[in-house]
Amino acid sequence: MTTITINGKQHQLDVDPHMPLLWVIRDIIGLTGTKFGCGVAQCGACVVHLNGEAVRSCVTKLSRAAGQNVVTIEGLSKNNNHPAQIAWNEENVPQCGYCHSGQIMSAAVLLRENANPSDEDIDAAMAGNICRCGTYHRIRKAIHLAAQLQRKEFPSR
Amino acid sequence: MKQQLGIKVYYRSTIRTFAVIGILSSMICIMAFGLNTEKHVIHHSASIIPVVKKDSVASVNAFKQVYAVLTSPRCMNCHPSGDTPLQGEDSHLHTMSPERGVEGKGVYAMKCSNCHQPTNTPGLHSPPGNPNWHLPPADMKMVFQGRTAHQLAKQLIDPKQNGYKDLEKLIEHADDGLVLAGWNPGEGRKLPPMSHAAFKKAWITWLTTGAYAPEEK
Repeated sequence: MTTITINGKQHQLDVDPHMPLLWVIRDIIGLTGTKFGCGVAQCGACVVHLNGEAVRSCVTKLSRAAGQNVVTIEGLSKNNNHPAQIAWNEENVPQCGYCHSGQIMSAAVLLRENANPSDEDIDAAMAGNICRCGTYHRIRKAIHLAAQLQRKEFPSR
Repeated sequence: MKQQLGIKVYYRSTIRTFAVIGILSSMICIMAFGLNTEKHVIHHSASIIPVVKKDSVASVNAFKQVYAVLTSPRCMNCHPSGDTPLQGEDSHLHTMSPERGVEGKGVYAMKCSNCHQPTNTPGLHSPPGNPNWHLPPADMKMVFQGRTAHQLAKQLIDPKQNGYKDLEKLIEHADDGLVLAGWNPGEGRKLPPMSHAAFKKAWITWLTTGAYAPEEK
């Protein structure tokens, strides 16, 4: 049995510890906001937070996440009101939308570590998240907006 | 007469004292020299105390092997001249352009361990893994890419450029987990040009024969 906490809820799982975390999240737990893209850590569609870091769940084995805290797009905020989620909505960022749960999870780590990211910081943080629709300019714009919203909400940051 | 005899006895005893001191000193020197040359590395219970016996020819020859390994893709790809690691047998820039960061572990959502797991990911050319995957930190970049053998040899033993590693620490580094990972590169990647054992032997030989740098060509 493997114990894992996903979005604050503890789960006891009787599955192969080598199973990719992505499969656990989608097929066992039933949270389908996190997407399968490439399966080899090349695209970023499957990004979730493992103890706050933006890991790629397609190559992260369940054993690495055992006893740890996982947050998926469904658990990023209580009411879809993380500054990145609000900004994504405001800027109409997604086109097809497939990659954006991964995009937002990566952006959330950037915003946590850098309250006022420059274009270069955004490029450095988001370079591993591919968008086949090419929404990169809107992603960048939304991250700047999210940083503004975050600074209003948490002026001390 | 008695006074003359007394002076002679005094001189004899003084000469004898100096002779004994001289012999003892020579013995200590010989013993010390023997320790210095008997073994290259003396193994103590907790650590290795290296002893150097200078031999520039042996040292430079050993470094040729060391250099061949350090400049192979498995080592050099994580010792780039810039702040982005390299990939593949042709040592191209790592896709996604990850950055070194202060600690050498990446930045923001692009930290090395976000993709590089504690073990190799199965599958051809999938991300290789190690629990401590990282580049050298920003304050000790230890660049291999583009260095001549002369430059690299000098750099490796320069405390200001090698993280203040002394001879002992340099020898220990041959068995560092991430160094060893070069010989477990995951599917689809070539191994360094010799075994780890052969590399370690050459590394220790180079260091314990004086760590001479090959001349610039």
